[in-house]
Amino acid sequence: MTAVSMPATKTRAAAPAERRGRRVRIGRIAAWAVLWLFVLITLFPFYWMLRTSLSNNRMLFSDPSSWLPVAPTLGGYERVFGLATLQEAQAQGGSGASIRFWLYLRNSVIVAAVITVGQVFFSAMAAYAFARLRWPGRDKVFFLFLTALMVPPIFIHLPNFELMKNLGLLNTFAGIVLPYLFMTPFAVFFLRQFFLNVSREVEEAAMIDGAGYPRIFFRLILPMSAAPIATLAILTYINSWNEYFWPLLVTDPTNDDVRVLTVALGLFKSQTPQGSPDWAGLMAATLVAALPVLLLFAAFGKRIVNSIQFSGLK
Amino acid sequence: MADTVSVPTPRPGAPAGRRRSPQARPHVRRDHRAALFFILPALLGFGVFYLWPTIRGVYLSFTDYSLLTPPAWSGVANYTKLIGDASFWRSLAVTLEYVVINIGVQTIVAIALAVLMHRLTRSSFLRGVLLLPYLVANVVVALVWYWMADYTLGVVNQFLGWIGFGPLGFFGEEHLVIPTIALVNVWRHMGYTALLIFAGLQAIPRSLYEAAAVDGSTEWRSFWRITLPLLRPVLAMVLVITVIGSFQIFDTVAVTTQGGPADASKVVYYYIFEKAFSQFDFGYASAMGVALIVILAGVSLFQLRLLRAGESDLS
Repeated sequence: MTAVSMPATKTRAAAPAERRGRRVRIGRIAAWAVLWLFVLITLFPFYWMLRTSLSNNRMLFSDPSSWLPVAPTLGGYERVFGLATLQEAQAQGGSGASIRFWLYLRNSVIVAAVITVGQVFFSAMAAYAFARLRWPGRDKVFFLFLTALMVPPIFIHLPNFELMKNLGLLNTFAGIVLPYLFMTPFAVFFLRQFFLNVSREVEEAAMIDGAGYPRIFFRLILPMSAAPIATLAILTYINSWNEYFWPLLVTDPTNDDVRVLTVALGLFKSQTPQGSPDWAGLMAATLVAALPVLLLFAAFGKRIVNSIQFSGLK
Repeated sequence: MADTVSVPTPRPGAPAGRRRSPQARPHVRRDHRAALFFILPALLGFGVFYLWPTIRGVYLSFTDYSLLTPPAWSGVANYTKLIGDASFWRSLAVTLEYVVINIGVQTIVAIALAVLMHRLTRSSFLRGVLLLPYLVANVVVALVWYWMADYTLGVVNQFLGWIGFGPLGFFGEEHLVIPTIALVNVWRHMGYTALLIFAGLQAIPRSLYEAAAVDGSTEWRSFWRITLPLLRPVLAMVLVITVIGSFQIFDTVAVTTQGGPADASKVVYYYIFEKAFSQFDFGYASAMGVALIVILAGVSLFQLRLLRAGESDLS
């Protein structure tokens, strides 16, 4: 900004400077235009989701490029939440098949919440041990944790599936949650970076007062790191909410007791009749599935942005 | 597994850690006991769900295993089969096409976005909006674009119609399906990648740009002479991360095309998934997993070498 206006204030030949000034201004306008174009490209699909979900599926074909919902109705949402009768659903182009959307929604909430609490808590404990305590093999174990990031998840999923099968945990919450409950290398790494920066003096003062490590951790470290821990919790919740592959593997297509929303959406699409899918209903469902993330983003957007920038730096 | 992850118990008698002043000993021992307490849950989780499956996976790759009977050692049979398996090489080629398009477009767009944000505004609102698609589930992104790119009713084809192009079967035609999926995921990841690059840009001193501007350099020249060279180490890391991620394309394919049409979008991940969970050939699927690890490690090393990631020009 200042850099760009600099040459104009330098007293060189006046005329070329002015010409350059104008060129710079045009350049800046063009640059802004490009940036806003990308913002538009980013936001448009979200709008289109909303527009389609509020349309009457039967009437979509009549005006495919209408900017506003076609024959506006809440029918799509009613079908998703099972509020529409069979006749109503079929009249608007739905299949009328009952989907237990509330159940999938509840399952997703449970899975994401349990994983978030467990993973963040246990990872914080581990991060504290890596950042603050001295023990033999510490750096080697930490290195081992980090190399785990290099192994493609599908490779680990195969034996983990075998394990869950042998333990009889297929189609259970435990089967979905367990592999993510205790740690992920990223979570440990992320928190360790913050714990390294907590002042040692406070800790030593507490120790002189006779506080043991657990007390220091729970009463001092955790409260002092509330901000990064909250950030990690938000990221973990979003990631668990969005996870598709592992819940797909450990749940049976014929048993939907613990099916999560992402898996249900994948099936929802493949189960719709060929030729005339219920686009309005599908978009209503995807929007509801995206809603918690959108809400989290509305509340904590800046924090999420900063944490990703931070992970880019380290 | 316990042997490899040396459990940090203080062994009485054995020389525990460094031998320093005798008074320090009880303190050190207390440290060890506390460390064990804090690390135990994570270590357990890591051992059972990361380390053990990795070792087990390598073992399974040398066996014939269908989940029903115990794995039977088969030596390198899976690997010799792999070399002769045209479907595997095809899936690798499909994945490579995806990675090249996805990373190529995404990196250029992300650099452009990052530089524009860096030079124009500090608005974290704008950065947040661009990040939004990354926070939404792959499944949701896949379904929305599947709808928007629909042959008859999709809005993308309506746009194309206005500028005089016939409707395209984005997900339905063999030569279009991989570019389509690659671009869908560019949409999801461009803001995220831009943010990582933006973080790198902030490390470049602004004074450099000011000095260049005083010397009459244009923005365009400054980009090529200052920004890009100084960004190289960050760019190398971002590329390694995004390329590894890109190779693991699965969700979008699974939700939209299931590998079709005519295997045109059957990427490596999907092929492994199919072998393991439709045909229950766990041994062979594990062997392909090992091959994937080797490929990823090779590609990452190659990138780091090529981009001289360890060195910085800023000194």
